[in-house]
Formats: sequence, C-alpha cells, structure tokens
Amino acid sequence: MLYIDSIVNGIVIDHIKVGYGFKIFNYLGLNNVDCRVALIMNSPSKKCGKKDMIKIENVMDLDLTMLGFIDPNITVNIIENEKIKEKISLSLPEKIEGVIKCKNPRCVTSTERNIKHIFVLTDEEKGIYRCQYCDHIYDTWEE
Amino acid sequence: MLKGRHLIGSEDFTIRELEEIFKLADEIIEDQDSFLDSCHGKILGTLFYEPSTRTRLSFESAMLRLGGNVIGFSEAASSSVKKGESIPDTVRTVGSYADIIAMRHPKEGAPRLASFYSPVPIINAGDGGHQHPTQTLTDLLTIRNTKGQFSNLTIGLCGDLKFGRTVHSLIKALSKYENNSFVLISPQELKIPDYIKSDVLDKNNIKYIEVERLEDVMSSLDILYMTRVQKERFFNEADYIRLKDSYILDSKKMDLARKDLIVLHPLPRVNEISYEVDTDPRACYFQQVNFGMYVRMALMLKLLGVR
Repeated sequence: MLYIDSIVNGIVIDHIKVGYGFKIFNYLGLNNVDCRVALIMNSPSKKCGKKDMIKIENVMDLDLTMLGFIDPNITVNIIENEKIKEKISLSLPEKIEGVIKCKNPRCVTSTERNIKHIFVLTDEEKGIYRCQYCDHIYDTWEE
Repeated sequence: MLKGRHLIGSEDFTIRELEEIFKLADEIIEDQDSFLDSCHGKILGTLFYEPSTRTRLSFESAMLRLGGNVIGFSEAASSSVKKGESIPDTVRTVGSYADIIAMRHPKEGAPRLASFYSPVPIINAGDGGHQHPTQTLTDLLTIRNTKGQFSNLTIGLCGDLKFGRTVHSLIKALSKYENNSFVLISPQELKIPDYIKSDVLDKNNIKYIEVERLEDVMSSLDILYMTRVQKERFFNEADYIRLKDSYILDSKKMDLARKDLIVLHPLPRVNEISYEVDTDPRACYFQQVNFGMYVRMALMLKLLGVR
C-alpha cells in the first residue's frame, strides 16, 4: 500500500478524473514549485471507482475557472492545521477565453491575428460550448 | 432602444424591437417622401470583403434614399485589407469616418469581432455560411406583409441548409414566435448544422422534420423558402456539381401546394426556381427585394437614433 502523508496547510485537489491529474499538474506548473507536491494517480475512490489526486503543501492561487473547464467534477479542499477549512466544488465555467481554439476552418479566428478565442457554455449537462464568433460547437466530453 | 446597437445575429433583437423596425418600414413604404432627408449628413461605410450586388446596392440605395452618403469598398482586393490590415484596425479607422457600418465577410464571426472594436454600429451584411440578419429582416417583413402573422406557420426550407446562412438566421428568428414548425428539405450532404438543431430547435421544443423530397411536403407548407446551392461555400467543385441541381421548383410542384402558400428566395437564383413560377401570384421573391431596401432604411434610422 502506497502511503502519502496528510498535509498541515495547503490544497488537496480531489476527485480528478483518471488520466487528468497529470494534465492539471502541468497546467498549474507544479513541477516548478519549491513546496512538497504529490500527484496520485489511479487512487481508489468510493465515489467514482478510481480517481487522480494532487496534494500541495502550500496555499496558492488557483484558476478555478480553468480547473472547472478541465474537469467540473473536481473538489478543491483548502487545508488548515490538518483540517478541511473550505471545500470548493467546481462546475463548467460560463465563458472561457483564450484556452481552447475554434476548429471551424471558416471561423474568423482561423485567419485574424491576435484574437482571443472565446467560448460560451450553451448546455451544461452535455458540456457543450459554442464559439462566440461563429457558433461552432466544442464538446468538452468528446475532446 | 436600438440607438447605437449592433446587428450581428438575427437573435440580437427582441420581438418588440423587431416590431419597431417593421412598423417604421411600413411608414416608409406609405410615405417615402417624408424620409428623404432623414439621414442628411450621415455616412454609411460599406465594408464588403466579398462580392455582393444585391445586399450592397440595397444598403447603398437605402442610405441614399434617406439623404445620406456612402463610402466603402466592394472587394477586399481594393482595400488596405490586401496589405494585411486586421479587422479591428479597419473598423476603428472606418468608424472614424462613417456613422454606421455594413460589413460582409467570407469568414464566420467577422462582424462579431468588428463589433468589439467599432465606435459606430456594425450591421452584419453576411458572414460566410453563418448569418445574414438583414436578409432575415427582409424575409420577416415580407412574411408580415403577405401572411399577416409570424405564428402558427409551417415553414419549408429547401436546398442548401448547411451553408445557407439566410436559412439559419430565419430559423432563429421564427423560433421566437409561437407554434411554428419547420420542414427541412435537403440532400444528406447539405443538412442543417447540428448547432441549429441543438441550440435553437431542440432547446425551444420546436417541431421539425428533415426530408429529402420536396414533392412529399409541398401541400403542408404555408411558406416555402428556396435557396441556391452556393458554389463559393464548397471546397470541392465535384461536390458542388453533384448537388447543385438537387431541387428545382416548377409549376408541377406548385400545383401540389396550397393556394395561400408564399414562395420566398433570398436571390440570386440560378436554376432552383423555374422562370414559369415567376408569374404565379404565390411567388413573392421579387417583392422581397423591395421590402429588403425598406427594412434596411428602417434599421439604419433606428440604429442611428434618427427615428
């Protein structure tokens, strides 16, 4: 059995979909921080069978919008004195800017320089986003 | 309040705002002379990045009939766009010269992008295969003045429903009214895009069917909206040639239709409506052209805050 210490003060990003832990680790740039960080993959979970998890022994600012977009089922726990001080459930953000690119070759974003690609959530249940310029669909579950 | 607003998609205006525009268009039709100087001193900028005769001339004649002036370009090759100028820079520049801008662009979403940077109202005069809201205003004014209502209608849309931007805009607009249903008539390859089905039709529980034969549904329609299979929307010429003659409306098919059907077409047509149909009183597509100019006059008056 793999054993990882509980943290005194810091952040636990829990219930990450299996395979997404590494993606989030990279997105947060955790390979460059000087505090203790644990990336746990394929950990057993009562809620979802298996999950990924990240423990960071430091309090840092997280872009919750972006984390919600990567995986809206994530729970972020803020730990203080080994206890959960705050539990934040994420959801798909209403609007995402400059993160994903429109794949419609006819979209104006395919030719104009320096434009922020903007997507608006149109169906939360199905995870459907729409390009604000051309209406092309981006399906978060299929990508 | 429509003053200072942009018109990018047909869903941008509420039913009430649309009604304001149609009422003003009717006033113009009733008494054109009293609007001759309404836009004296105003300038329309026409930024047409791809060729258009009908829409550009309709906008220009609308502004000239209101006593205003027109500046602009009718193809990208004759503008600084050829030198590599971005859309934001072009609209910021032209917005310093003109009071209102009508923009046509082959790329989808270009007018939306322009609206983020323009100091004056932007009117989308067609963006690729995406939207063409002033054609929708034209279509709605024609329906209003021929059918007398926007509700309880069965609307058949025929031909290129995939790239046909007028079709997308019209569906969005008519979906705002009660108890309308749509009959979508197209070959498999030119079916309506999924986002129109999911975001507009399914989302609002609007009834629609997709069929491939026009003859089978003619008798059920209140409105038949014909479209051209547009060569410029195809990457592959072989696909265009294979599909261009998919649907041709002729007298034989018109015999199957109701007496109070109206036939609309955004024009230009190639061969999808036979000339023999032109003399049928149900053919309303040339009236539609006329309504198009009046509705653009009304739209510009409203966005400029003149009326």
